[in-house]
Amino acid sequence: MDEQRREERPAGDRRPQHSATILDKIWREHLIAAGGDRGLLAIDRVFLHERTGAIALEGLRERGRRVFAASQVFCTIDHIVDTRSGRGDSTLVPNGRDFIVHTRAAARHAGIRLFDVTDPDQGIVHVISPELGLALPGLTIVCPDSHTCTQGGVGAFAWGIGSTEAEHALATGTLRLTKPRSLRVTFDGRLTPGVGSKDLSLLLISRHGAGGGNGMAIEFAGSAVRALGVEERLTLCNMAAEFSAVTALIAPDDTTFAYLSGRRYAPREARWDLALTHWRSLSSDPSAVFDAEIRLDVNDLAPMITWGTSPQHAVQITDAIPGESAAGTSREAYRRAVAYMGVTPGVPLTSLAIDAAFIGSCTNGRIADLRSAARVLEGRRVARGVRAICVPGSSTLKRQAEAEGLDRIFKDAGFEWRESGCSLCFYAGGEDLGLGKRVVSSTNRNFEGRQGPGTRTHIASPATVAASAVNGHIADVRRFEPFRPCEY
Amino acid sequence: MQAFRTLTAIAVPLLRDNIDTDAIIPSREIKRVGKVGLAQGLFAGWRYLGAEREPNPDFILNDAAYADAGILLGGSNFGCGSSREHAVWALAEYGFRAILAPSFAPIFFDNCLNNGLLAARLPAESVQMIAALIAAPKTTLPAHAPAPLTLDLERCEVTGAGFGPLAFSIEPHARARLLDGLDAIDFTLRSADAIEEFRAADRTRRPWAYLEDPA
Repeated sequence: MDEQRREERPAGDRRPQHSATILDKIWREHLIAAGGDRGLLAIDRVFLHERTGAIALEGLRERGRRVFAASQVFCTIDHIVDTRSGRGDSTLVPNGRDFIVHTRAAARHAGIRLFDVTDPDQGIVHVISPELGLALPGLTIVCPDSHTCTQGGVGAFAWGIGSTEAEHALATGTLRLTKPRSLRVTFDGRLTPGVGSKDLSLLLISRHGAGGGNGMAIEFAGSAVRALGVEERLTLCNMAAEFSAVTALIAPDDTTFAYLSGRRYAPREARWDLALTHWRSLSSDPSAVFDAEIRLDVNDLAPMITWGTSPQHAVQITDAIPGESAAGTSREAYRRAVAYMGVTPGVPLTSLAIDAAFIGSCTNGRIADLRSAARVLEGRRVARGVRAICVPGSSTLKRQAEAEGLDRIFKDAGFEWRESGCSLCFYAGGEDLGLGKRVVSSTNRNFEGRQGPGTRTHIASPATVAASAVNGHIADVRRFEPFRPCEY
Repeated sequence: MQAFRTLTAIAVPLLRDNIDTDAIIPSREIKRVGKVGLAQGLFAGWRYLGAEREPNPDFILNDAAYADAGILLGGSNFGCGSSREHAVWALAEYGFRAILAPSFAPIFFDNCLNNGLLAARLPAESVQMIAALIAAPKTTLPAHAPAPLTLDLERCEVTGAGFGPLAFSIEPHARARLLDGLDAIDFTLRSADAIEEFRAADRTRRPWAYLEDPA
């Protein structure tokens, strides 16, 4: 597990590249015009949501511009929509209704498909896009949302942008982009039961820092990645946003194709066959040269969890709160983090009592995540005094979970079972988890105040969240049946 | 978009690494659909104390010496996290026109560019050196106001009292757009024919990527 390597190509290395990475191939295929340090790239899909999307559409309208290819643009209501049952446009977020109403009007005016509050396909943008077969291998996909890179899990080149860039993509069907430097991250080995892709991503960020992938396009590779299902791959790529990468992707393979086949917007029949031939070419050539490489052995990896206020403040669940010198962060950042989180160096993570548990988000709100948490929760109860909430990432997968009986497991265990949306992944002035409350959360950001003023967030996998909810303090899920291996 | 050539302004140091856009503008401060009315929410979590929003005396933006600051000195990976352009709209509305930091998160960098804000890279040692030179004593006396910095985008240089010109870096495309103040969409629409031509050919190559055939 300790083996790691980071190699950088020296600046000015102009060795000819006779072979191409996946990104090289997708880039080449979408490049309309090269020029200077930015290329003009064709954009295949634009997604919008109510928090940042209405502004882009309204900006366009104010200047008398039209959406260039409305059939390739989709919008959802996910960020501030209420997730309590019986919801409508009203939300606890101040003026939240305005964002929903504006978005609806703007989407109608622009003639784009909106997955509205009560639409059966409504859900978190990065959950519904692959779920509906809108995200496909080799496509360029943008959304004014930093976690758009999630969709690289199916082999798409997907990245987050701002609202003005979204206006550009909407108006022209293109974006001007600097080709990101390439970084291959190889995870070798076989994961222990109870350890998953969230743990892989936290390991990477803890080793190389929250800025470790700054400006880069990551390709995740290696035996541990190949063994992941598509939903877990989406999680891995999602967390590239917390590594400051432009994007992340995983070469599509039979696992990907089986996942996409038959999805609503996925190509069918002759088009599917044509697509499949193309998609099979989307892997990095064996001799492709990356600008940087990181290789991590993950055979003995334990579940990971954050202790501080940056995703890089992560340790194995069996560890203690690190001291200042071991924390890999500046003195000021360390002191602020320890004070904010109310933690003491040397104290084991598993001794921290928790007040709340949250399962959901574009990171870990998919059916595989809910199943993994449900395996822990089945026949168990959330500890007294712990508020536990599960928010499925989409309305479709909520129905699927209910058909599988997962909702009963969550509810019987004492979890709230919500409608789909981003919910308590971030605090927008509505619901929060309370001042000074300690939360174990399957989300992506443990920033100060992210889940509410003074709320202390520990980021972990859904299985770890479930185990911690049951124990009432941070827990090692490997000690729970059915994850506990005989020889543990 | 407003063009950017030179700027002389007071700089305020906020040197911690990984300052995220949730810190720059917490989501709760985004109260309306729009790009204005955000300056009050800038750094709200650090700038105010309690529900009454008393200014936090320990937060540097509340130091009167920096009241007119137009330049922000930041740490590495500045602007990481959420893509919210509100962070840049808030910074601009507050009065910032430039940020010097060792590195920027990619989405934040483009958001700055699209709003005429200069986000230029300067090595950490240089940022720290400038911060030390301009550090103002904690006082409200105008006489103790920190000396301003001058940024010259043509020359990609920063100068100030006590140090000669230091080179900062910014990609050529971003520099040219800032100098021109050119609207990016108008500029791209000049290539409308090339875009249409590309799409026509691409539709034949990758029909499966298109959701609707042209009428």
